[in-house]
Amino acid sequence: MKQVVAMLLTVLGMAVSAPMVAMAQSGPLRIEITEGVVEPLPYAVPDFVAESAGAQQLAQQIARVVAEDLTGTGLFREVPREAHISQITSFGSPVQFADWKAINAQALVTGAVSSDGNRVIVKFRVWDVFAGTELGQGMQFAGTPDGWRRMAHKVADQVYSRITGESGYFDSRVVFVSESGPKDQRVKRLAVMDYDGANVQFLTGSNALVLAPRFSDDGQRVLYTSYETGMPRVHVLEVGTVQSRILQGQDGVMSFAPRFAPNGQTVVYSLTQGSNTDIWAMDIGSGGVRQLTSAPSIETAPSYSPDGSQIVFESDRSGTQQLYVMSASGGEARRISFGQGRYSTPVWSPRGDMIAFTKQNAGRFHIGVMRTDGSEERLLTASFLDEGPTWAPNGRVIMFARETQGAQGSSSLYTVDISGRNLKRVRTPEGASDPSWGALQ
Amino acid sequence: MRLPAKLTMLMAVLAVSACTNANRFDNGAVDLNAATGSAGGIVPGSASDPSSPAYFQQTVGDRVLFAVDQSSLSPEARATLDGQVQWLLTNADYNAVIEGHADEQGTRAYNLALGARRANAVMEYLIAQGIPASRLRFVSYGKERPIEICSEEACYAKNRRAVTIISAGLSS
Repeated sequence: MKQVVAMLLTVLGMAVSAPMVAMAQSGPLRIEITEGVVEPLPYAVPDFVAESAGAQQLAQQIARVVAEDLTGTGLFREVPREAHISQITSFGSPVQFADWKAINAQALVTGAVSSDGNRVIVKFRVWDVFAGTELGQGMQFAGTPDGWRRMAHKVADQVYSRITGESGYFDSRVVFVSESGPKDQRVKRLAVMDYDGANVQFLTGSNALVLAPRFSDDGQRVLYTSYETGMPRVHVLEVGTVQSRILQGQDGVMSFAPRFAPNGQTVVYSLTQGSNTDIWAMDIGSGGVRQLTSAPSIETAPSYSPDGSQIVFESDRSGTQQLYVMSASGGEARRISFGQGRYSTPVWSPRGDMIAFTKQNAGRFHIGVMRTDGSEERLLTASFLDEGPTWAPNGRVIMFARETQGAQGSSSLYTVDISGRNLKRVRTPEGASDPSWGALQ
Repeated sequence: MRLPAKLTMLMAVLAVSACTNANRFDNGAVDLNAATGSAGGIVPGSASDPSSPAYFQQTVGDRVLFAVDQSSLSPEARATLDGQVQWLLTNADYNAVIEGHADEQGTRAYNLALGARRANAVMEYLIAQGIPASRLRFVSYGKERPIEICSEEACYAKNRRAVTIISAGLSS
């Protein structure tokens, strides 16, 4: 939490051979993600140049994290360093494009790192090798030494965005449930980590069962469900101070499945009174509540549209779990899922165009996406138990939890592109579930 | 004469209920069995004492099972609950918390709500049979607290349950 990065975004005032035009609009170096990339774009990231004594290791580490980010998307393929002909020994020297063409690196990322022990400065440039021009402009980031991974992620976000024309998702965090112990005595703690599983920090102890944390859009607060009082109740936690309080503490009722509205002021959640579960909204400042659904069935897993005007949720009012959309103020709901099986845990994409969900059908679980009207349903995964999708900040990747079968079963986090490609496990120190992907920092 | 005896029993009851709470998710029955002893007579608070929570758990039957995604009570479940009603009517000093559970074949939030349905099906039945609502509370653990861990119907069937946990009703 302390690794604050002062982002200078300074355009480097260096003379470059080619004019600095906005290359992102045209030219050969462009990945159209919407077309579904089959052949990843080859690129090279030589070690960044150490411009001060002692910055050597950092310069190498930062270049490696940039490469892990880019290659991890499945959209890029790194040309291994052993194949490089040229070495980048000075950030300001002209690039020998022929050497990079010869190894078929279409994009080249060069960088430099300097550090005085308290402050690290990272500079980088992106090159279109075959056009022999710079892509966009040189940029630099400054920060503290312990924030070096964030600076690397910011560089990678820039490279990603210049080549794809879309915003990246590397400088982002995920709040999740860290799991340990056997299946019948599982211990669950809230934890937060970088999107790639680095820098895990625990937010709660192991004294009480906790479930389903959700980030606020600004990443400052986390809603979650805790059994600390014996009943499942919605809590809110300030990430900076790690202080939490009960949001819904009404006696004799359960509250769970909370999520912030985009305004960060309203919280929507499920409330169980007797055998009935409905969706409620609460103003987090005043504590004022409003009931949004009133059916004898189970209404849960609400998620706002990014403009805050609508809520998608699941209900078994038809007999099985299905997805519905209603106004953020409640009222009439429109069913949007009509395929085989059960649909649950809907989450509106940050772009507003799609809804991710869990689907159960014929004894298998799937993560899928559909348009917000329910059309163009597409299943991205299949396993014994996949559940709880959450969107990357750019709406191109989904993270979810996968539980393995049997007495030794355990849960891990995975990511998958919305194309269904590039399924990958996220490295976490323990078992992990219930991810919530925060916004780009 | 009677006062000390009752006091002793109360203390035993408190000890047992504390133990039950602490071991709610472990196999607390082992400890309770151990308390039976070999004296032959009825040991207050042990499973041989009909007014003990251990007796309720082991002899009356503390749990009922449900079909997949259902919360309706089967005839067997009703028979078990009738026994619970008799015990709770006889032992009016005790309260109960009904825990609802689901198997792992479902998403987390839905299973919490489903567990609440199951716990409330039991609670409503007990109330309808004359147990004061003020003595009963419910909580759902969804799929978070399985007692059987295999991923087969044999295990799932035991995990789809509502368990009546006896607690001392002296306070609150």
